[in-house]
Amino acid sequence: MTDTSQITNKKMEESEALLKVQDLSLSFIQYASGLRQTELKVISNLSMEAHSGEILAIVGSSGSGKSLLAHAILGILPSNANLSGSMEYNGNDLTQKKKEELRGKEIVLIPQSTTYLDPLMRISSQVTGNANKKDADSRKKLQREIFRRYDLKLEVERMFPHELSGGMIRRVLVSTAVMSSSKVVIADEPTPGLDEKNLKETLGYFKDMADRGYAVILITHDIEAALRISDKIAIFYAGTILEIARTEDFTGEGEKLRHQYTKALWNALPQNKFQAIKGHQPMQDEVLDGCFFYERCSTRNEACSKCIPQLKTFNGGMVRCNNVS
Amino acid sequence: MYLKGKNISFGYKESNLILEDVDIFLGSGEVLGLVGDSGSGKSTLCRILAGYERNYKGNVTIDGNKIPSNGYNPVQLIFQHPEKAVNPKWKMKDILKEGHDVPQDILEAFGIKGNWLNRWPNELSGGELQRFALARALGPETKFLIADEITTMVDAITQAQIWESILGIVDDLNVGVLVVSHDKSLINRLCHDVMYMSDLNDS
Repeated sequence: MTDTSQITNKKMEESEALLKVQDLSLSFIQYASGLRQTELKVISNLSMEAHSGEILAIVGSSGSGKSLLAHAILGILPSNANLSGSMEYNGNDLTQKKKEELRGKEIVLIPQSTTYLDPLMRISSQVTGNANKKDADSRKKLQREIFRRYDLKLEVERMFPHELSGGMIRRVLVSTAVMSSSKVVIADEPTPGLDEKNLKETLGYFKDMADRGYAVILITHDIEAALRISDKIAIFYAGTILEIARTEDFTGEGEKLRHQYTKALWNALPQNKFQAIKGHQPMQDEVLDGCFFYERCSTRNEACSKCIPQLKTFNGGMVRCNNVS
Repeated sequence: MYLKGKNISFGYKESNLILEDVDIFLGSGEVLGLVGDSGSGKSTLCRILAGYERNYKGNVTIDGNKIPSNGYNPVQLIFQHPEKAVNPKWKMKDILKEGHDVPQDILEAFGIKGNWLNRWPNELSGGELQRFALARALGPETKFLIADEITTMVDAITQAQIWESILGIVDDLNVGVLVVSHDKSLINRLCHDVMYMSDLNDS
């Protein structure tokens, strides 16, 4: 690729999303009892976009199916999964075949846990991966350069995962992601239970990746951590995205936020009002005809219980609510 | 009534202590925060106070008396991951009854719905399971509650709901609570007093 084409490419990416997910629905077929099958809907009509150089956080409570979104993008869902909707990568359809081709290369996952490394493989082989002889030297060089950038010493290369601290393993996982010619990085719950120092460090790596032009998707339940580094926040609730807000919209008592749920979430933070609203997220086997937040909403009206609102653009963000205009 | 830990030392190896001469004091009705870096021994201290760990030096007493090792433990520990603290092969109603017959008002305070009782643990979310774990632990003989990062994995609304319920109930029952969390603003919201721990092997 020549320099000029890189520049035009870059310009294109700024306006066009690198990864586009549209109307994604995901359900699982399960055996309830005997031979009776039931369908469990975990994601419904979800749309989102990831742009180069930007961090998009997908925030939702744990166990609500956010990780399955990552698995759907990477094409690693189990065989009883039923996926519908469309995904686009770089302007092209993202088919299962394409996903298999791209994953680990252009679209990479940074797993949550530090136990995802192969315990019987030396660190350097895990980071460089399968390289043919021709590439081996250049990949080794690249790996050393990345290790230097992330402050990993030369002897780490020869070590096994159990010899590394949690913080070092996180840096190794990050190195693995930036080794490949990746453009999209999906981080699945990278922060729970970290103390302030480690949290800062981990978040710094993602910020750094975005600054280098990656499209970063941060899947987390920790809205505070997400607000510290993200450009946009997508609020995930009962299997769909209710709002996509800019980070700066989270201020005051949430006057700039578009959805009642987002406002409630913001006001529930201990540093804000620590105020709880009543009710629970709908269960995955409940059939919902109307807005997913209907039961708990303070501004609902009759129409809200009858049809699912569409995700629409509003005030520089997106919202799925009938009552904003 | 008070729970007291005195000169508590613990380590998996003699040479590498995790806790050294730690003192802790928790009175009835008091909400005490416990803050410290990862690996500073907070969870280990919780396990010692709740009687899960026996191989330690020092002593843990309630009103000066040793806690009996049989019978109902008046110090109840709640874990970060409720899914690991329930039997996956029991229905929720059986899990709930494990410790005591949970009265209706506690169920209501935690917002536990009737139709959850017939579900299996894997059919509930972490926040829902945590409510069961709490209702189960807050029996009439419970005097102290140790909450080890119990809302770290739930969303902010569920976190506020759960703590609102706990604070109401422990006030009624006059239970002392130890709150372990990394979230400083949560600690500030909940606790009367805060205790800091630092990593012995760091400095």
